[in-house]
Amino acid sequence: MEKTLNNKAWFLVLPVLVLVAFSAVIPLMTVVNYSVQDTFGNNQFFWAGTEWFQELLASSRFWAAIGRNLVFSGIILAIEVPLGILIALNMPRKGWGVPVCLVLMALPLLIPWNVVGTIWQVFGRTDIGLMGYYLNALGINYNYVQNPIDAWVTVIVMDVWHWTSLVVLLCYAGLVSIPDAFYQAAKIDGASRWAVFRYIQLPKMQRVLLIAVLLRFMDSFMIYTEPFVVTGGGPGNSTTFLSIDLVKMALGQFDLGPAAAMSLVYFLIILLLSWVFYTVMTNYDSGR
Amino acid sequence: MLELKGVTKVVGADTHINAVDLTLQHASLNVLLGPTLSGKTSLMRLMAGLDVPTSGSIWFDGVNVTGVPVQKRRIAMVYQQFINYPAMTVYENIASPLRVAGVDSAKINKEVRRAAELLKLAPYLDRTPLNLSGGQQQRTALARAIVKNAGLVLLDEPLANLDYKLREELRAELPKIFAESGAIFVYATTEPSEALLLGGNTATLSQGRVTQFGPTIDVFRRPRDLVTARTFSDPPLNTIVLRKSGASFLLDGGVNLPVPSELKGIADATYTVGFQPHHLSLKRPNREAVSVTAKVKVTEVTGSESFIHLDFADVHWVMLAHGIQVFDPDQTIEVFIDPRHLMVFDEAGRSAETIQARAA
Amino acid sequence: MASIELDHIRHAYAGPSKAATVYALKEIHYTFEDGGAYALLGPSGCGKTTLLNIISGLLHPSHGRLRFDGRDVTELSTQERNIAQVFQFPVIYDTMTVYDNLAFPLRNRGVTESEVDKKVRETLKMIDLADWADRKARGLTADQKQKISLGRGLVRSDVNAILFDEPLTVIDPHMKWVLRSQLKQLHQRFGYTEIYVTHDQTEALTFAQKVVVMFEGEIVQIGTPAELFERPKHTFVGYFIGSPGMNLMPVDIQGKNARLGSQSIALPGAPKTAGESKLELGIRPEYVRLGREGMPISVTKVEDIGRHKIVRAELEGRSLAAILGEDDDIPAEPKVRFDPAGINIYADSWRVEMGA
Repeated sequence: MEKTLNNKAWFLVLPVLVLVAFSAVIPLMTVVNYSVQDTFGNNQFFWAGTEWFQELLASSRFWAAIGRNLVFSGIILAIEVPLGILIALNMPRKGWGVPVCLVLMALPLLIPWNVVGTIWQVFGRTDIGLMGYYLNALGINYNYVQNPIDAWVTVIVMDVWHWTSLVVLLCYAGLVSIPDAFYQAAKIDGASRWAVFRYIQLPKMQRVLLIAVLLRFMDSFMIYTEPFVVTGGGPGNSTTFLSIDLVKMALGQFDLGPAAAMSLVYFLIILLLSWVFYTVMTNYDSGR
Repeated sequence: MLELKGVTKVVGADTHINAVDLTLQHASLNVLLGPTLSGKTSLMRLMAGLDVPTSGSIWFDGVNVTGVPVQKRRIAMVYQQFINYPAMTVYENIASPLRVAGVDSAKINKEVRRAAELLKLAPYLDRTPLNLSGGQQQRTALARAIVKNAGLVLLDEPLANLDYKLREELRAELPKIFAESGAIFVYATTEPSEALLLGGNTATLSQGRVTQFGPTIDVFRRPRDLVTARTFSDPPLNTIVLRKSGASFLLDGGVNLPVPSELKGIADATYTVGFQPHHLSLKRPNREAVSVTAKVKVTEVTGSESFIHLDFADVHWVMLAHGIQVFDPDQTIEVFIDPRHLMVFDEAGRSAETIQARAA
Repeated sequence: MASIELDHIRHAYAGPSKAATVYALKEIHYTFEDGGAYALLGPSGCGKTTLLNIISGLLHPSHGRLRFDGRDVTELSTQERNIAQVFQFPVIYDTMTVYDNLAFPLRNRGVTESEVDKKVRETLKMIDLADWADRKARGLTADQKQKISLGRGLVRSDVNAILFDEPLTVIDPHMKWVLRSQLKQLHQRFGYTEIYVTHDQTEALTFAQKVVVMFEGEIVQIGTPAELFERPKHTFVGYFIGSPGMNLMPVDIQGKNARLGSQSIALPGAPKTAGESKLELGIRPEYVRLGREGMPISVTKVEDIGRHKIVRAELEGRSLAAILGEDDDIPAEPKVRFDPAGINIYADSWRVEMGA
């Protein structure tokens, strides 16, 4: 089926091509264009060459933001993947509990990013927020507006709350596809719970886990809305991730050229890291 | 008439189908016989138009249909899995291709009832497929393929998921169903016995090549090469590599196998001699039969017959003997080879008959 | 290895119930002897898999006890029963090597590595995979994978029985022959207690010393392949075993004669009937002799299947199948005789003995 059978079929993909052109290709080209020029408004542009890129790569602010992103993605993956697997393993495989669990799991995924941000922003407030108020009432000094660690914890908990479900659902799909005979054979072989997980469930979940890790990595690396709503990048710059920094630069300071250069570098980093993840995991998969 | 001319299908580095020429007539039953991954399904997909050949062309009734998609051809398919619309009744399932074609309901009713009668589904028309046995589900899928009035009906191991006895019943009915339809039927199977029971024509497949095509029993009795003979043999073909000298093949221990009279003319050389398990017997079948001694490995009894696995020199043979014959493992017994049914292949694997015919 | 005693075993899937009809497995009381090779044969839904799962411990029977060598194991888990099982689809640990697959059950039981190595090497030789020890199990062919499944059972010295659940389903015909004879040889050499579930008569008959024919949750007959072939106790066995199955035709019995329409068939003895409503004569196609003498038939179809021909005909308006040799032809005015050795009489579907 790798050849076209009917040339008219191309017309069916035309709307998508147009859409992608407007939403991705043209903006990307614009960004490339901006990244090598300087502007002072009035539609006047001057050739800047690689100046913005050099400046960017030399700036500590940029590296700090990247560092924050990597740490954030690392923490998110380290929590969400094992937690997601754990929940998926403990979900029922038949009976009335299945639809109940699936709906519960799907719920957080249905809430828009900014709403999730708002929920946690209110939830964590020390004056009126359920969590913030009672944590302080219990003697735990919690304030995400002032304390960078609290801000981080809030953003991470929020992301875990929002996205672990995705990992759960993917892993669950992998788990239910394992035939009963495998579990029976494991029983007969006297395998422990851990051995069943290590030698049956994990290998069978590998493909979906790859997808889960990729999606969660890309998404968390590009995180913007939730921390923007909750912390606005603060306190200080403690939760200023690349995307937030980018918006600050482009819209707050209207430094179009540096912002464009940064977008491109950001884009390339995500592309590169995703590619690395993908090849490493698929090689791991086929190389054994 | 469906014609495949030099059809080749290459996917990546693998050649799935290798230069296949095949001509199938209307109102014929054609079996594609070969082991798993020999190219049966790939070939069917090409015939259906689900895939486009890398090279070569496919013609239907004189029209080049290479690259014409499946929905524009009159094709019906039945798979190993029982594929029906689970929410529809059996009646609606069978009627579905006619409804799509916009046939009026009086004619649909007539066609559906006729097909249901033919496939013994009449009592179940109001049920949904999931309330039927596996055999009935597959009958429903077959009925749907039949009413479609397709020029080409492709059946990909349709009985593989059924119980042995259900398989036997449906298989006995299939030739009659095919004969009434007038379409070209293509039936893929891994089992030589199934091909023999279905009759019709058989194309043997091996590694993406059609090694031989012809009336089923002819292909079985006179395979053109060793690969075909092996593909079309269940129990496996017994073989032994022997040197021909004059009118005999030299066996171990000074015993000679007479060269079949029609092959007397072939050159003295090394040949692979093959014979079917039922041409090895415990009793002397005729005067020319040659007696050899072999060591019993295992005896399997089916009630009416016994399969006796034997070691002779360095080869392993299976004998199909009538009745119940039980021997102890490692027992040495005398068996007879019937030279009238020998198949002889040269070192390239071509049958000696073919070589001789070509030389003449 | 052990004997397996089924002591009044019954099973209903929805738990114990009053109505006998809902039992997926009706009462079974039988002992599989130590070292025997048994096959459970029947169509889908006959209860053969239910019975296998009860033996392996995946199902707890609603009634009755299960004993291995006299020891009650009904309440024991699958693990504690020390059985081995080969499933329909190969179950292997993909990520492990062939060696590690075989070592797995031993390591799980805390066997020392030197002992593991000895047993695994030994087993690899038995199943003919010694050269494949260090290969990853996932790349192997279906028949090799099935041998690994089997090997994981053979490697344990404490195994009570080996259970097979339609193990040849995904194997190509040619490999079936090889694998089947290897299974048989392993049994000959080591004398395991083996139970083999299948719907395929050839597999059941060739594998087993005794075949248990099941139908609708009941055992219809237990016998050697020869017994099942020559003396089917029930018409279902006659139909289910043999290809084609047994010819059955309604008859009237008068002493040592059976009347079929206008024909009279001499019986080897007088059937001991007791006024049953339905009397049938059963004869396998292998015992129908086609020739110039006997009862006239009209041939409807001849299927040449290579090693012999199956002749489909009509006798007194009843369909009849006969087997004809490869090189034999059908005479111009075909007639049939029934070999008395192959005649069985059935009253209400159950076989009746014939007196002298």
